[in-house]
Amino acid sequence: MRLTNLALKELWHRKSQLVSGLLAITLGIAVIVGIRSISVVSEKAVAINLDNLGANILVLPQAASVDNYYSADIDAPTFPESYVEKIVTSTLPGVDNMSPKLTRRIKIGNDNIVLTGILPKSEIASKPIWQQGGLVGNKVSASCAPKPGTEPAKYKDAKLQRKGIDDLAATDCYVGSAIAVKLKLKESSSLDIMGTQFKIAKILPETGTVDDDRVFANLHTVQTLLGTGEQIRAIEIMGCCNEISEGLLGKLRNILPDTRITTIGQIVSTQIETNRMMNKISLVFLIIILFVVSISIGNYIWANVNERRKEIGILRMIGYHKCHIYYILVLKALIMGIVGGIIGYFVGTFASVWLGPQFIGIEVNPIFNLLLLSVVLSIIISVLGSVIPAYLAGKIEPFSNMQED
Amino acid sequence: MIIQVKNLTKTYHHHDGAINAVDNLSLDIPKGSFVTITGASGSGKTTLLLILGGLLGTTSGKMFFNDSEINLHNEDELATFRSNHVGFVMQSFALVPYLTAIENISIALNVKEKDKKKNQKRAFELLEWVGLQDRTNHYPKELSAGQQQRVAIARSIAKNPELLLADEPTGNLDPSLSEEILGILKEIKEKQGTTVVMVTHSPIAAEYGDIKIQLKNGQLVK
Repeated sequence: MRLTNLALKELWHRKSQLVSGLLAITLGIAVIVGIRSISVVSEKAVAINLDNLGANILVLPQAASVDNYYSADIDAPTFPESYVEKIVTSTLPGVDNMSPKLTRRIKIGNDNIVLTGILPKSEIASKPIWQQGGLVGNKVSASCAPKPGTEPAKYKDAKLQRKGIDDLAATDCYVGSAIAVKLKLKESSSLDIMGTQFKIAKILPETGTVDDDRVFANLHTVQTLLGTGEQIRAIEIMGCCNEISEGLLGKLRNILPDTRITTIGQIVSTQIETNRMMNKISLVFLIIILFVVSISIGNYIWANVNERRKEIGILRMIGYHKCHIYYILVLKALIMGIVGGIIGYFVGTFASVWLGPQFIGIEVNPIFNLLLLSVVLSIIISVLGSVIPAYLAGKIEPFSNMQED
Repeated sequence: MIIQVKNLTKTYHHHDGAINAVDNLSLDIPKGSFVTITGASGSGKTTLLLILGGLLGTTSGKMFFNDSEINLHNEDELATFRSNHVGFVMQSFALVPYLTAIENISIALNVKEKDKKKNQKRAFELLEWVGLQDRTNHYPKELSAGQQQRVAIARSIAKNPELLLADEPTGNLDPSLSEEILGILKEIKEKQGTTVVMVTHSPIAAEYGDIKIQLKNGQLVK
């Protein structure tokens, strides 16, 4: 009769206690798995919404201010377009979309407008609100969404970027909604910009930003029109807010030392704060559940110890050491932890997959990695919950069985 | 002498004062003897038995087992002492309810000997010796009181202890069964040379002893 057999026999002997103990672990783990499964999907959804706020990093010439960027003055400084390639080839994690821009205030007729040269695909990718207007079918991935790790970062492939340039013909342009109204412009009509006829490919939906007062054309056409050569005024970057908080700006500064790199504070702080809040909520739930489950397990083991006082006394009487008693009790907790962890994972996964769409309106997929985590977590809380009762059980006097019923 | 007790005192502290359950008691027990301890309730006989078995510490005085001073042992050493040298038979049988008869004997053997087959063989031999070879896989609740006590005795001698301590072993049994159990204890003493110390209320049971001790207020009367 080995100690392991003794523990198993004792577990099986008190089936109702076994069931109630397993139930406590199973429910605890199921809640943890359920919350985690749903929060992963929620985080993705929140991250996509955060990305809809637009680019959050601005790369400007060293001497430029953010005012220069927005005012698009004629004498505002520029820097070489090749800086885009520098960022692309660095394959920095967290740089999910880039949009190089050249802006200049010009006149069309008697009206002042801001002409903006863009690389269209990246421009559109960094402004998902335009996608909703039906410009392109490309969905933008969330820059802060949890990534599986194998998905290649956007703009790692320079060819992909060039393909984006080809999407906008050299003499096509997009017109901001406010300008379209002001100049009474319509889609597919033509627009004279500095003596060159452009076809209006799209009237952009209203965004409530400076973009509504802009005309967007192919960057290289704009460079030719303005005679700037291969210069740009800014690179807008949609950076992962987690990476920003982990020093993305510093890494960008190392790559482009003669530029001014700044964040669009409100967007970044909103993204970071939202992410922090999500993480904190998950952590609070986790701590509460761990605490409750540990107490439940401890309570179960302690009730079990009390019920077994005589048996423990018998074992101590015939020569079992305290460590044998600890071993038996902790082994029981370990077995229950493993079984409860596995059952809890499946219950939690099933509940979240089934309830997610019905109550939160999001599709939840099973996270298989959580199985291992569930079992490990379950073992840890079960064993931790059994430590104090096991310690107290070791203190049971070996003559406890001498007391008559 | 297998046991020497010198000026042994065990004091219990209660809210209404201290009580000496064993009071300055000195005693020598020869190897291979059958000692019976009698006395009224509260006379200290069970406390003395617990101390002799290394189950309870002393307040003062000394206790030697084969010239080794047991009262100086720590808890682990006492557990090893019990495992190697002492067998216990209790009034309530002290069997583990979810283990079969043979398993109840095996758990005692398991502390010392890890060879499962060897332990099984020894446990079966002991069950055979107490006449329960056809009850090996019966649980305690499926056995009569006499049968349970026989399993308990088989367990107590599983490791051939030098000392067998019995606390009212016939207290829960009818007279004929009592006689049977006392016979087994006597046989253990005679065939194996085991020293038996038995606490009892029964004058008939007390007559089985070579040495008869009577306690009163924690002190030897005779």
